[in-house]
Amino acid sequence: MAKRVGMEVAIAVAEAVGMCNVDVAAVYPITPQSHIAEHLSDIVADGRTDTEYVTVESEHSAISVVIGASGTGARTYTATSSQGLMLMHEILPIVSAMRLPICMAVANRAVSGPLNILNDHSDIMPQRDAGWIVMFTENGQEAIDLSIQSFKIAEDPEVMLPVAVNIDGFQLTHMVEPVEFPDQKAVSRFIPARKPYAMLHPDTPVTMGAFAMSDIYHEMMMVKDEVLKNSKKTILKVWDEWAKTFGRRYKPVETYRADDAEVLLVTMGSMGETAEVAIDELRKKKVSVGLVKIRLWRPFPFDEFRHVVRKAKLLIVTDRAVSFGGPGGPVHAEIKAALYHDKHRPAVHDYIIGLGGRDVRVSDFVTMVERAIKDRRKSAVKDYEFYGVRE
Amino acid sequence: MDQVANFDLFASRLADRSEYFSAGHRACQGCGEALAVRLICKALGEETVIANATGCMEIISSMYPTTAWGLPWIHVAFENAAAVGSGVEAGLKALRRKGRIPNREVKTVAMAGDGGTMDIGLQALSGAMERGHNLLFICLDNEAYMNTGIQRSSGTPMGASTTTSPAGKLSYGQKTWKKNMPEIMVAHRVPYVATVCPSYPIDLLNKVKKAKEVKGPAYIHCFSVCPTGWRAASELTIALGRLVVETGIFPLFEVEDGKYRFTVKPDTLRPVKDYLKHQGRFRHLTPDVIEMIQQGVYHEYNKLQDKVDNLHAWSELRKKPHAR
Ligand SMILES: Cc1ncc(C[n+]2csc(CCOP(=O)(O)OP(=O)(O)O)c2C)c(N)n1
Repeated sequence: MAKRVGMEVAIAVAEAVGMCNVDVAAVYPITPQSHIAEHLSDIVADGRTDTEYVTVESEHSAISVVIGASGTGARTYTATSSQGLMLMHEILPIVSAMRLPICMAVANRAVSGPLNILNDHSDIMPQRDAGWIVMFTENGQEAIDLSIQSFKIAEDPEVMLPVAVNIDGFQLTHMVEPVEFPDQKAVSRFIPARKPYAMLHPDTPVTMGAFAMSDIYHEMMMVKDEVLKNSKKTILKVWDEWAKTFGRRYKPVETYRADDAEVLLVTMGSMGETAEVAIDELRKKKVSVGLVKIRLWRPFPFDEFRHVVRKAKLLIVTDRAVSFGGPGGPVHAEIKAALYHDKHRPAVHDYIIGLGGRDVRVSDFVTMVERAIKDRRKSAVKDYEFYGVRE
Repeated sequence: MDQVANFDLFASRLADRSEYFSAGHRACQGCGEALAVRLICKALGEETVIANATGCMEIISSMYPTTAWGLPWIHVAFENAAAVGSGVEAGLKALRRKGRIPNREVKTVAMAGDGGTMDIGLQALSGAMERGHNLLFICLDNEAYMNTGIQRSSGTPMGASTTTSPAGKLSYGQKTWKKNMPEIMVAHRVPYVATVCPSYPIDLLNKVKKAKEVKGPAYIHCFSVCPTGWRAASELTIALGRLVVETGIFPLFEVEDGKYRFTVKPDTLRPVKDYLKHQGRFRHLTPDVIEMIQQGVYHEYNKLQDKVDNLHAWSELRKKPHAR
């Protein structure tokens, strides 16, 4: 068993990436991602990884540089947050359309305006439909593990899609946590050097990024959808292999005390651990409540999700972003879409919480659950509400 | 000049017979840009990877599932050719170092129109040149956003009527001077900066070959006549490319290590009117605006002459012990 060390999570992510034989990295600093940019450049400067680190002048160029590099067959990495991710937005769907296995960390942060550097999910949600594999992490160990796994998933010949690993800004990136690093040799065996399908090289003069009109664009988008959905098979396979090699098992939807629960709280990201404590407290008060944590956001694990909520009567969904003028939060909308055809449809109540770094404590989760249960008894379940608004 | 005069005699020996940008693409009749790209590819040769910005050249050459490209080629978006090229260069470098591709020199070249270079792509270009990638960037300057319908850019010349700088009762068209891109590149300490025009094919081939040999950033600004966008007869493409040089509007020069040199030098400059009169985009111009353009051209030309006469190569400056 590897030794446990105490380490800031952003630093740990950079260390993990440094173990992955990345050929080209292009990272532009932005709070709260900057420690990844800085520490990765330290690792390169110390010669601990053989990586071309391109100090780009913007996130738009960061993602563009890794596209060019990925096109040559290189293993590539970038990381960003908030405004940086918004600046990349134009390019993200091109990455997936070109089937380039770029891996990226997103240190989730609220988007402007007003400018705010703290945590929520409003940066990643506008990228939902870019055709990327999108995952959420709950603690430092998961951030390390998923960062390493992401290369294997992305570069699998059945997948060849980019992967975004979400790590809640500050709440997770800046925590010092006990983590353990897998053995370098085992990591190198787990992810050998990339074997690209096509390379930009004079020996194979391919045309990448051709332009396509209505006669074929439609079909190309269908293929992208199918490939992304299919990627779940590979993701599960990689997680299985990870469990066998490194002992930690990952699932698209994780649960906590959920099997017999009538009420299920749903979270995504680092708040899961706080919510677990709230579940324990509520269980002590004999409330039949459990927790569902969504790890895989794209492709959305519809089957797994339906399975874990099949016996629940009430779902209390938490969202850390807003679909303004729409159905509340994006997670809520997704879940309702997942359940529409089910004969057994639980009531769904959506709380929008923790925007722009607003703290959500154990007591808040307790209050949310108790209030939603009361509302449901009165048949007063609201579609969504902003929780904890200051009067 | 002799080489140009004897082009027919020498051309076959100077230009690679291989075609890397093949016929059958969708460029307009008389497209100066397509001609330039064809020549540029000949000068670059096989050991090249191209990153192309969105724009005319990308659209006319890569209609899926066809391609005009015999060289490895990538297109991503409008403003990021320099960044994509930076990534290609970094990728090739890393893979070669790690023994995953053959140990050969491969040149990375990024290309964009005037919009993709001097407007929306300027930041990415500045970043790439400042970082010092082994990257040749070529601006294919047809003096407007042609691909999207002849809208003005910062490369559109004074007085030109475009669809967003139209001539009208209150306007004589474009009201700004053309942005001086080569100077901006020299200011980045780019070791090789040159201007070319396919009407001077030998000059173009020589400069592209020179730029290819630079182990670092290089910039070539290619004047590309656009008969469609300029409302000129398509058979005048070559003639207009000559006239723009003979009038001094677009001088052919190179800047090597900070040292300026004219590569084609007319004995006397022809009046700008000789060039303007063939083009619909200038047809509305009154004598006073033409005179203003004439004075502007003299001004810029004299500035350039001054640099040719007085500036030293940076490597020579470094030898002097004290700042002057
Ligand atoms: C971000 C973005 N903005 C606008 C466009 C639309 N667009 C595509 S090409 C182009 C103009 C290209 O002009 P230029 O770079 O001068 O090249 P040309 O087509 O003239 O060769 C524009 C405005 C785009 N594709 N992307």
